[in-house]
Amino acid sequence: MGGLFTETFVASLLFGAVTVGIPLLLAGLGEQISEKSGVLNIGIEGMMLIGAYGGFVAAYYTGSFWLGFLAGGISGMVVASLMVLFCVILSMNQIVIGIALTIGAEGLTALLHHFQFSRSYPRLSEAPSLDIPGLNDIPVIGPAFFERHPLVYLSILLVVFVAWLFRRTHIGLNLQAAGDNPAALDAAGVDVKLTRAGAVLTTGMLAGIGGAFMANVGAGIFVPFMIHGAGFIGIVLAMLARGNPYWVLLGAALFGASLALTTALQVAGLNIPTDVVQMLPFAMVIVVLVLFARHSYLPPSLALPYHRGER
Amino acid sequence: MNPAAGQAPQVSLHGITKRYPGVLANDDISLAFHGGEVHALLGENGAGKSTLIGILAGMQQPDDGHIEIAGKRVRITSPRESLRLRIGTVFQHVLLVNSLTVIENLMLGGAWWQKHDRKSALGRFHEISELLGVEIDPDVPIGRLSLGQQQQVEIIRALWHGGNVLVLDEPTSMLTPQGVEELGAVMRRLSGQGVAIIFVTHKLREAYAFGDRISVLRQGQLAGDIPPERLQALGEEEATNEIIRLMFRAAGEVAGADAETMVREGHGRRARADFDRSGKDAITLNHVVTRAEPGECALADISFSVKPGEVFGIAGVDGNGQKHLAEVLAGQRPALSGAIEVNGTVAAHSGVPARRRLGVRYITDERLGEGTVAGHSVATNLVLKEIGAPPFWRDGVTLWRRIFSHARQVIETHDIRTPSEHTLLGRLSGGNIQKVLLAREISADSSVVIFNKPTYGLDLQNTRLARERIIKAAEQGIATIVISTELDELIELCDRIGVMFGGEMAGIVDNQANAEAQIGRLMTGAKAA
Amino acid sequence: MTARPGEVVSSVSRVLVPIVLALVVGGLILLALGKDPLAYYDYVLQRGLFSWSGFQQTVIRSAPLLLIASGLIVAFRAGIWNLGVDGQFLLAAVAAAALAPLLITSLPSWLTIVICCAVSILVAMAWSLVPAFLKAQYGLNEIVTTLMMTFLGISFANVLVKLPFDDPDNSVPQTMTLPVADRLGRLFDTTIHSGIIIALLAVFAVHFVMTRTAFGLRLQIVGANPRAAKHAGMSVGRLTYATFALSAGLAGLGGAVEILGVWGTMRADWNPAYGLLVVPLVFLARFNGIAVIGFTLFFAILMIGGESASRRLGVPNFYVLVLVALLLIFLALVEYLDHISRQRKKA
Repeated sequence: MGGLFTETFVASLLFGAVTVGIPLLLAGLGEQISEKSGVLNIGIEGMMLIGAYGGFVAAYYTGSFWLGFLAGGISGMVVASLMVLFCVILSMNQIVIGIALTIGAEGLTALLHHFQFSRSYPRLSEAPSLDIPGLNDIPVIGPAFFERHPLVYLSILLVVFVAWLFRRTHIGLNLQAAGDNPAALDAAGVDVKLTRAGAVLTTGMLAGIGGAFMANVGAGIFVPFMIHGAGFIGIVLAMLARGNPYWVLLGAALFGASLALTTALQVAGLNIPTDVVQMLPFAMVIVVLVLFARHSYLPPSLALPYHRGER
Repeated sequence: MNPAAGQAPQVSLHGITKRYPGVLANDDISLAFHGGEVHALLGENGAGKSTLIGILAGMQQPDDGHIEIAGKRVRITSPRESLRLRIGTVFQHVLLVNSLTVIENLMLGGAWWQKHDRKSALGRFHEISELLGVEIDPDVPIGRLSLGQQQQVEIIRALWHGGNVLVLDEPTSMLTPQGVEELGAVMRRLSGQGVAIIFVTHKLREAYAFGDRISVLRQGQLAGDIPPERLQALGEEEATNEIIRLMFRAAGEVAGADAETMVREGHGRRARADFDRSGKDAITLNHVVTRAEPGECALADISFSVKPGEVFGIAGVDGNGQKHLAEVLAGQRPALSGAIEVNGTVAAHSGVPARRRLGVRYITDERLGEGTVAGHSVATNLVLKEIGAPPFWRDGVTLWRRIFSHARQVIETHDIRTPSEHTLLGRLSGGNIQKVLLAREISADSSVVIFNKPTYGLDLQNTRLARERIIKAAEQGIATIVISTELDELIELCDRIGVMFGGEMAGIVDNQANAEAQIGRLMTGAKAA
Repeated sequence: MTARPGEVVSSVSRVLVPIVLALVVGGLILLALGKDPLAYYDYVLQRGLFSWSGFQQTVIRSAPLLLIASGLIVAFRAGIWNLGVDGQFLLAAVAAAALAPLLITSLPSWLTIVICCAVSILVAMAWSLVPAFLKAQYGLNEIVTTLMMTFLGISFANVLVKLPFDDPDNSVPQTMTLPVADRLGRLFDTTIHSGIIIALLAVFAVHFVMTRTAFGLRLQIVGANPRAAKHAGMSVGRLTYATFALSAGLAGLGGAVEILGVWGTMRADWNPAYGLLVVPLVFLARFNGIAVIGFTLFFAILMIGGESASRRLGVPNFYVLVLVALLLIFLALVEYLDHISRQRKKA
């Protein structure tokens, strides 16, 4: 057993954990924002998938990773705007629409991929990295954390920013109120639907960027159905984080590591079927849920549409 | 006393009309509210008070008519607009965010792109607290405050932007008698500062005690108005008669009974045949304790007993364990320790069906929340607690024909107004839903019936019917437990009244001449002497 | 309870309008991808309905879909979003595929089939236990947990097929094969296996239970208002377990029928992913067991025809996913518009 935890193994595990963890982090943060405001966003998986596709196409044709992320964010927001229209403005069932958006995104991206790339399966080159001088020389940790694409650092900073937003700004108060007691927010003169729409669009953007990261940085290629539950894991993270972005970060790191174990174990030369390893993160989610379910928290008005003065 | 008299009114309503599906909630209402005046808006439930307030607060738009503020015509299109026009509203149901602290709730509504400014908010908070003479910790989450304190926070918020008009919707409904007095003092203080206060109530006595001017609403219309000069000239009894005349003039016999219901409020016990005081207890609680869940008040050692034919009242400010008590009695919630005996049989750890077999029935205060299923038929709701049992089920198979014919019969005998037994229960009015509950729970084999806030939200006619039903139940020999936050109601109906505070029975009082004062004291947590 | 003609028209249009809208918008998407939608739909109908072999395929496909649908009816009526059907279906299929070739060596084929179906049902039920526990105990949202269990289940099914139940005589990873003669019996001279009979019986049974029994009414009350159920003395926790068990068990039976009737073996990475596709059908049928039969047939035509079309016309079967999504959205939209117009009418 001691032979397994070599330097290369740990290095590739950590590297992989960051690669896989960033999309989870973005999805979890996004879902946290929309859940805080009272919208259960089951469509986040679809938003990530469309983001992955849009991000990949943009990066492939322009050759720019940044434009790829921008396109991913915008694609995610396009899907999110459908959610806003149907669920926030028209007050339709959030779960039905969320499922529809996810299934639709699966079908649409698979179709588009079929007509566009199914013969060539193009790949992107490796993502450029921004090396943090001094820190990137540390063995094992350096390559995993300090020789990465700048978006990695930005995502981590985003956690701090969102935490500040929640605690210190009116946006934070408004989001909290929209999910806890929307009528109170309305009575305070803040537009509940606008607050929720903003939250859902932000979720879409973050999910889209996360999806683009998965395709462009993680895989270097777009494959149909490639999100494979990452968005749903984001929902779990948001559920367990009790409104605290730092818990999302911790959870993303944990689940990221367990997902990264696949590649790390293969690098270590251990012969385990990929299916066994693929079970790992989901088994982990289930174990975590069973252990910590009693601590999970969802806002009281989650998934309930708001109408002013309904009687 | 009335510094602004003679000046233009702060707010005036002109021909306000609002229609809802099937109801004319406000019908051509014109009213003027003056600065420095407490203007009592009196009317029974469903008279259109809440709609009028919603319109002032920008939650609803009138279909017709307009509003003027300081002589200028305005449109209050949103709550924000209402706040901007310096109208502060305290709604009947608390509109605060439980998970945010007091000061965070007060900061709510600032420009979203800004950081919130805690320091200046705290300054404003202390300023207004001082004005009102209240003391609250600004850093406590709202969910941990008592309802009375939450209401004070609401008043602070209503005045946050320098309110010219303060609207209070049924503000006394969750206060102790002392709390009501304090609120009265706050209102007088504010009106002394020139604020126009709109005090909405369904209690005649309070309207008279606090109002400088009284306007009466009935069935969506303005029934009449007593200006300050006239109100001062009249004594209490004359004023009452005048209000009654305004409210019920030109109405028939039913209105006469309604008038009596209204006047009765707070006028002592209703005469009724005495029960057999030497009989055996129908239900006994011995040191019953329940487990608290977040946000709930659990029972800490409750003991009492009720005899057949006795009406036992439970008084107390909402949220002092009444709900747990009702649920423990009904078998809906397990007792952590202690014993419950029904007609001599120990029934500590049995669920609802077993408790029902012993004759215990529970009429919940949440008629739509848990008492009924809005999306199912009246017929189904009438047998909701019998599902699976004969005669409506045989070997688990539903005998719909029997259920429907049973429903038709009940609808007729209990005068439930519904198009048919197939009608979805959610389509019925509150009074008729209450009739469905009463019909379901009170039958020949009931021996103990718990009524939780039996008249909450009902209009006068249905209030009277519900109270008569309670009296009738007691006269049939049922041990009757009435939980209510309306002290007047308990005084009218009960033989003895227990007062709950913090999950304990602070004391049990015989319903005699000085009961009200004693109960009021107990409601604040003072132990019985 | 006689319905007026106006109501009949409105309830028919509530169903037809979303279908037509989904087909039209889906057609526009095809057009944008450079395919002729009319040719596509025409081909789908020809292959899925109007050719004898295609029609038989359609009926065969309806069997698992109907079983899943009946399971979803139970769950949705009880207000539980069992979105983990795929995992339950696949693991049950693995159980049947692994067990049947072993049992058939010593037992008659009818007994093999009965035992396999029973075991499959139990396996699927077991797989729903964790979400049921989390829901009943902690009130944890079952959407997320059932989805997680499905991802886990799909991989787990593959592991089982590749490792313990792999047929060493076959180069492709798959379980041993149940001989054609021992599979579910054929109906008359067709290729249709008797699974469709099992499925129809299940649908009727579910319909009866939900509308005519105390148990069904209890489930409906829990679904409509769980607090009222508790108030009326029902054990919401126990009913939650029962709902999950029934719903998963029916999906599991679907998996068994598909293996015992069609394939006789389970290959690795086989996952038809019927679960979410059936959701809109159940909504279209408004949770009505009888109505769901028609919609399932319609959908099976789309699937079977679509599979042929993907080979012939080059429109991948993913298109069905797009149709399902559109169907769900328009369904919700029509429901919403209906709600609005009813409110207007009342005013």
